[in-house]
Amino acid sequence: MVNIIWIGFILIGSFYMILTGNSASLNDQILKGGIDGIKLLWEMLPLLVLWSGIMQIAEDSGLLAKFSSLVKPLLSKLFPSLKPDHPALGYIASNIAANALGLGSAATPFGLKAMECLQKDNPNKDTATESMVTFLVLNTAGVTIIPTTVIAMRLMYQSANPSEIIITSILATLCSSIAGLTFDYFKRRKK
Amino acid sequence: MSQISTYIVPAFVLFILIYAIKRKTNIYDSFLVGAKDGILTTFHIAPAVIAMVFAINLFLNSHFLEFAFSFLNPFLNHVGIPINILPMAFIRPISGTATLAIMNNIFSIYGPDSFIGRLASTLQGCTDTTIYVLALYFGSIKVTKTGHALSAGLFADLVGIIAAFIITFIFFGK
Repeated sequence: MVNIIWIGFILIGSFYMILTGNSASLNDQILKGGIDGIKLLWEMLPLLVLWSGIMQIAEDSGLLAKFSSLVKPLLSKLFPSLKPDHPALGYIASNIAANALGLGSAATPFGLKAMECLQKDNPNKDTATESMVTFLVLNTAGVTIIPTTVIAMRLMYQSANPSEIIITSILATLCSSIAGLTFDYFKRRKK
Repeated sequence: MSQISTYIVPAFVLFILIYAIKRKTNIYDSFLVGAKDGILTTFHIAPAVIAMVFAINLFLNSHFLEFAFSFLNPFLNHVGIPINILPMAFIRPISGTATLAIMNNIFSIYGPDSFIGRLASTLQGCTDTTIYVLALYFGSIKVTKTGHALSAGLFADLVGIIAAFIITFIFFGK
């Protein structure tokens, strides 16, 4: 699937640029396209390093286990194939919490670590496990409680009530999360 | 609101540190172990991140999406759906920064308190960048067979977009 997405983006983009006579810009994209990826990595590196360090402290002190035992009842329903003390659960919980608070950039390192933990006991390394898919659905549906960036931007444009969209965002998020999880649930049962 | 959010991260970090002190954890050593892990993770995901960002940027910069939507414009005008909102809904699964730019544009034209401004705000808040996250997370652990992750994610996005439209309409009217 990742294969198709990648190739699709490149082929459609390239052909469209050639057809519209933008081959110069295509040439530019190909020669300099790596820079943006490096930039993103460069921005993520300090975050990943710091957060991994802090999360290791949380793990070693037993806080992560405690936290995941708190959210365990809910998570074990969503991830029936994971044992309650699975290390990935702590990262999954942290990822969801960071996402919910609108800290998108802090959520990514947790998500990557969670995937790494899940991959450790995956028998087919190139195929996604059920838990991975569920985690991804939960993640992409975006369980946002406080959309901080949006509020900041509304504030910038002098909105009369910048935070009035919190309630509509939460309701819309709930709809999409429930839809995604239901879809996932039925797909799993069909197997 | 943005004031409160600046306290969340520091409070979170301090809580972890104080808890670790209470439990007499070897804090500095733990941090170093984790930090090394973080560096390894970054290097591990580097090829996937570079590959994906390259492809996504190439696609977005080709302006193919604008071309695709130009066919829909007459139809949308007829139904009364604001045109600018559609690209935003469609690009949302691919790029968060791109939709942020579109939202910025909508705010500057219509203002944040217009119907389309509120709809854009709700849209930005309600779903995440499905394709981007999928490519990044699965790419980082070299999983290529992703099962029904994409269809489930896009289905959730679609429901979220429709819900955003209806809910914004109910709450604020047109």
